[in-house]
Amino acid sequence: MSARLTTGGRFTDRSKQLGFSFNGKRLTGYAGDTLASALLANDQILVGRSYKFHRPRGIVASGAEEPNALMHLGSGNRFEPDQRATTTELFDGLVSESQNHWPSLETDVGAINARLARFLPAGFYYKTFLWPRGLWKHLYEPVIRQAAGLGRAPDAESRDADRYEHFHVHVDLLVIGGGVAGLMAAKTAAEAGAQVLLVEQTAHWGGRAPVDGGIIDSMDPDAWVAQTVAALEAMPNVRMRLRLMGAAVQDHGHVLGYERVSDHAPGSAGPRHRLWRIRARQVIAATGAIERPLSFAGNDVPGVMLAAAMRDYVVNFGVIPGRRTVVVTNNDDGYRTAICLVRAGLEVPAILDARPYGGGKIADEARALGIRIEPGRAVSKVLGTRRVTGVASCLQIGEGSSLEDIPCDAVAMSGGWSPVVHLWSHTGGKLMWDEAGAFFRPDPERAPTGADGLPFVLACGAANGALALPETLRCAAQTGVDAARRLGIKAADAAAPPAQTTDESSLMPVWIMPAKARADLRMKAFLDYQNDVKVSDVQLAAREGYESVEHTKRYTTLGMASDQGKLSNINGLGILSDALGKPIPQVGTTTFRPPYTPISFGVIAGEARGEMFQPLRRTPMQDWHAAHGAAWEIVGQWRRPYCYPQTGESKRDAVNREINAARGSLGVLDASTLGKILVKGPDAGKFLDMMYTNMMSTLPVGKCRYGLMCNENGFLMDDGVVVRLTGDSWLCHTTSGGADHVHAHMENWLQCEWWDWKVYTVNLTEQYAQIAVVGPNARKLLEKLGGMDVSKDALPFLQWADGRLADTPVRVYRISFSGELCYEIAIPANRGRAFWDKLIQAGAEWNITPYGTEALHVMRAEKGFIMIGDESDGTVIPQDLGLGWAISKKKTDYLGKRAQERPDMVRGNRWQLVGLETPDGSVLPDGAYAVAAGKNANGQRNVQGRVTSTYYSPTLTRGIAMGLVENGPGRMGETIWFTAEEQEHTTRKLSLVEAKIVSPVFFDPKGEKQDV
Amino acid sequence: MSDPSDVMAPMQGARSEGVVTVEALPAQGQITLRCDLSDDFRWKLGETLGFAVPEPLGATSDGDRALLWMSPDELLLLCPYDAVPTLMAQLGQVFDGWFIAIADVSDARAQFRITGGHLRDVLAKLTPVDMAPQAFVPGMVRRSRLAQVAAGYWMRDADTMQIFVFRSVAEYAFGVLTLAAGAGGEVGFHVR
Amino acid sequence: MLTLLCPCCGAHAAEIDLAPGGEAHLKRVGPGSDDADFEGYLFMRDNPRGVVLERWRHAYGCGKWFLAARDSVTMQVYGTYSARTTEPPQHIRDAIAARRA
Repeated sequence: MSARLTTGGRFTDRSKQLGFSFNGKRLTGYAGDTLASALLANDQILVGRSYKFHRPRGIVASGAEEPNALMHLGSGNRFEPDQRATTTELFDGLVSESQNHWPSLETDVGAINARLARFLPAGFYYKTFLWPRGLWKHLYEPVIRQAAGLGRAPDAESRDADRYEHFHVHVDLLVIGGGVAGLMAAKTAAEAGAQVLLVEQTAHWGGRAPVDGGIIDSMDPDAWVAQTVAALEAMPNVRMRLRLMGAAVQDHGHVLGYERVSDHAPGSAGPRHRLWRIRARQVIAATGAIERPLSFAGNDVPGVMLAAAMRDYVVNFGVIPGRRTVVVTNNDDGYRTAICLVRAGLEVPAILDARPYGGGKIADEARALGIRIEPGRAVSKVLGTRRVTGVASCLQIGEGSSLEDIPCDAVAMSGGWSPVVHLWSHTGGKLMWDEAGAFFRPDPERAPTGADGLPFVLACGAANGALALPETLRCAAQTGVDAARRLGIKAADAAAPPAQTTDESSLMPVWIMPAKARADLRMKAFLDYQNDVKVSDVQLAAREGYESVEHTKRYTTLGMASDQGKLSNINGLGILSDALGKPIPQVGTTTFRPPYTPISFGVIAGEARGEMFQPLRRTPMQDWHAAHGAAWEIVGQWRRPYCYPQTGESKRDAVNREINAARGSLGVLDASTLGKILVKGPDAGKFLDMMYTNMMSTLPVGKCRYGLMCNENGFLMDDGVVVRLTGDSWLCHTTSGGADHVHAHMENWLQCEWWDWKVYTVNLTEQYAQIAVVGPNARKLLEKLGGMDVSKDALPFLQWADGRLADTPVRVYRISFSGELCYEIAIPANRGRAFWDKLIQAGAEWNITPYGTEALHVMRAEKGFIMIGDESDGTVIPQDLGLGWAISKKKTDYLGKRAQERPDMVRGNRWQLVGLETPDGSVLPDGAYAVAAGKNANGQRNVQGRVTSTYYSPTLTRGIAMGLVENGPGRMGETIWFTAEEQEHTTRKLSLVEAKIVSPVFFDPKGEKQDV
Repeated sequence: MSDPSDVMAPMQGARSEGVVTVEALPAQGQITLRCDLSDDFRWKLGETLGFAVPEPLGATSDGDRALLWMSPDELLLLCPYDAVPTLMAQLGQVFDGWFIAIADVSDARAQFRITGGHLRDVLAKLTPVDMAPQAFVPGMVRRSRLAQVAAGYWMRDADTMQIFVFRSVAEYAFGVLTLAAGAGGEVGFHVR
Repeated sequence: MLTLLCPCCGAHAAEIDLAPGGEAHLKRVGPGSDDADFEGYLFMRDNPRGVVLERWRHAYGCGKWFLAARDSVTMQVYGTYSARTTEPPQHIRDAIAARRA
């Protein structure tokens, strides 16, 4: 049955029919519909089940505040749960499903919870599932998880098919909200000369005014909106965006805007969502107000709707929300709905006005249309379960004894309006209680302040509590001028256009309907539809001693659902205030947290997904590695070859082959990722003596020295070879992951502590490709390439030389991290790949073998060389690692020296570096702890050391390991036991592995091979 | 001379056409000068190069050479790639005895040219720098982020931005620029 | 999301261009100091509610460190100034005093 009026619909274009589906049913709507209006037009009143009780729920609202109509939208890579039907623009082919029911929306097993509702009060989960503890993990949690949650998570294997992006802009004035207030404020500010960005979350300018009626400047609001929009569009200093929600106002005027670029046209070119990161000097929040429900029994039965939302569906979409609607209200605005419905040819059997004094002038208008008005009356309860069939009416002042059942198929409720103060509040704006309107509104004396300590947010229109049209426009016009003045513009006062609307009589706050509702009614009067929080729950919380609104919120889950209490917070506060016997301002509000409504994960990530998730740093030889089958290891943002497995070869075999080749003949390593920092100036030597534990100022020109860098805590931070280039310049090599950090560390000390020292640093890491040529045949290869003397006499161990090799400018260092004869060659990076190719080609006769990081690690471990991050972990000082030889005794100071004198650093029983050997040659488990006698204060077994590096050594054909062991170097030859975890089917058991403490240098202890 | 075909700039030859055009530039001579930017230094450097030293956040150029202000004690000199050794030697002589660091960084950075009317909108997707026409004017240099990496921005003219990043992230930079400039990527904010 | 004026290059830097560096004006204590002084230098930080003097590096910009006087509650910035000082300069102290008066 169609529920569409024969004509009407400001937004809909009846010449454009769109097909969509809901729970598999094929339905149609019109261009301009929202999914909610199209569902209503198809008489689909039941749209979902509630979270806790699985109660049938219908559409309540028409906008962002909707708590019930949450849908699964789309499928496959475009599937999304929890999408509000009221803010989803309809498009052809839209696929939607209701949520939170099984097996179907109509027949839902979980609805049994509703029968048990009296046994599931506030705090039920906290109280019930506390004991026995053991049941939590295996019984309670899985069951609750199964039952909880609204939408289904997208399939784990699906990938978001859309594109997202960020957009940074700086504006003088950001106006959030494109209703008449936002338009008015933008206009007066722009006319004063401000640069303005005006944003509106929906697809339409004008907000509520065209639906609510009135006259602006002798025009109906629609005409005024069109005229004002045209005027703004013509101004060069104004930018306007629809479908862009102000999501968050943050410190220093940073505002997040959520633009839904193509949700309404999926698959179109360009991004789906765009996150605007707006830096605004001033912000105007013209975000309107949200109507409050009334808390009567059965106020969640499908067919009960906010009164203003009903008008929206009639006027904006030409949809019939109910053919026979009872209006229940505590204010004059509710009458607008009754009048609107009757004028659209629909029945309104009664207006139940909770106020004993009834309505003002607008009541006369309603009466003139023949509508029955019942002052002092209320809804006792709604009749019907899956759809409204009538209301039982009663006196508002009573307990709910029914006076009359009024048959109807819909109920329009109006409990007054709450200004949308979210954006005002996000960054510290305070609120004041407005007695007349019974709402919180922004306190202009306590506005959010910016970097200059001055207010930077203004609220206007309904968001500021100015609900009546003339007042809204006056407030907005003045706010635009105020904003311009805050921007330093000498703006003249601007008058709002004359506007008229029906005078209203005052609202009467109604937090419970009827005022003394019986317990059975209060248990069916919902505050928070999405989380199923009822009036009785908040009252129970108050009785149980929850006095703070923040605690009550968490205990009852009031306002904690995805709508964040847009409908429920003030009503809940009213109830709590009554129960506590404290006025509402004293009870206070919960915190308004961004975003205003949920935004997509995709838009938060922006471009940072898939290939662009994070930068992958590439060396000049990266393509070669990839083309030669490299298996990768992630090192910071670099991706380095771990090894190069050949066809059919395991990684382990590849590593062993690479090591044997390097030790036996010729290996080659891409070491370009090593940090290279130039340190130059008259005080460079003095500076490096502070940076390193060693003495670097005395290093002769032409020489290389291994250095250790500690932080001021004394802990080892980085290591690398330092090279003296000239009298006043050094080149400091760092670890691959440490280059940027070490450079920043140096600059920190130079800029902030020793700013009078004459030293400059330049990070040259990426200027050079660096290649280690390793093995007994390394020299032969370089000689074959030709161009410079690389003999032992011309270029001895720990020296460097500039020259040319293979017609390429190079700098060659005689340093070795493998213990083999080694030349590290630095080449200008643009020539790195060509030089690498030449090496590979020329080295063929010695079976030149590229090796990866694992071979590098094994070879350095065979030599007992430490690796930052393996042997060091931020708690290890160089003295722990047997590196005392690299700590200058002559220097009076270096970074970390004082810390290394702290009592804990000089105690005798620190864990110190040793080698470890198993009797059977097996490989010790990585990270294993060595056990000691006794237990600690927590009842855990004492430990006396741990494994820091452990490998199979193909050179020695057995396992080798290094570890930190309590007082280790003093215990050579001693046997200790390490824990090993064995996994057998589902049980894990700990066993112990024996190892002997030995020297950490396993191979060529005299270092003869590297110095040839 | 060495074989010029050995020289391969990062992302050499890469080019993408979207709402703006993104091109990787060929190898570019780049020399870092770290020094107190005193009047003496400015005069001496200007005399050596034949053009003025830029003011903060600015750039000056003459033909195929340019000077970019990088920080209160750092300039970046751009010149033809092959001209670097001669220029380095010349600068070394001129500033012999000065407290200065002169370093060849020609191979350390990748340079891109972004052209097209939607330039400002595309770059605003990737950097927090104010891309408004009145805020970022031709001739200006800013260093900031390009998505997740550090980048320098030199506005050559109203429709051209030269962007430099460290060479290891050249592929990433090209990737994010191309993505931001993808079909349908017009924002219509700075350009209506 | 703060914006701080980098006093070194003159650019207004977004927080994502900056790296925080903790409390400003720490006085380095080196070898020869007693344990209590060294502990104070290395570990003890004020972390006040209100005015903080702190170090920032314009990490993605000119690379320079600078100092900022900021209110940790209101985020008001009283000013940014050179890292090459041992105490906040007069104009910063004036700005703080003016606000607190």
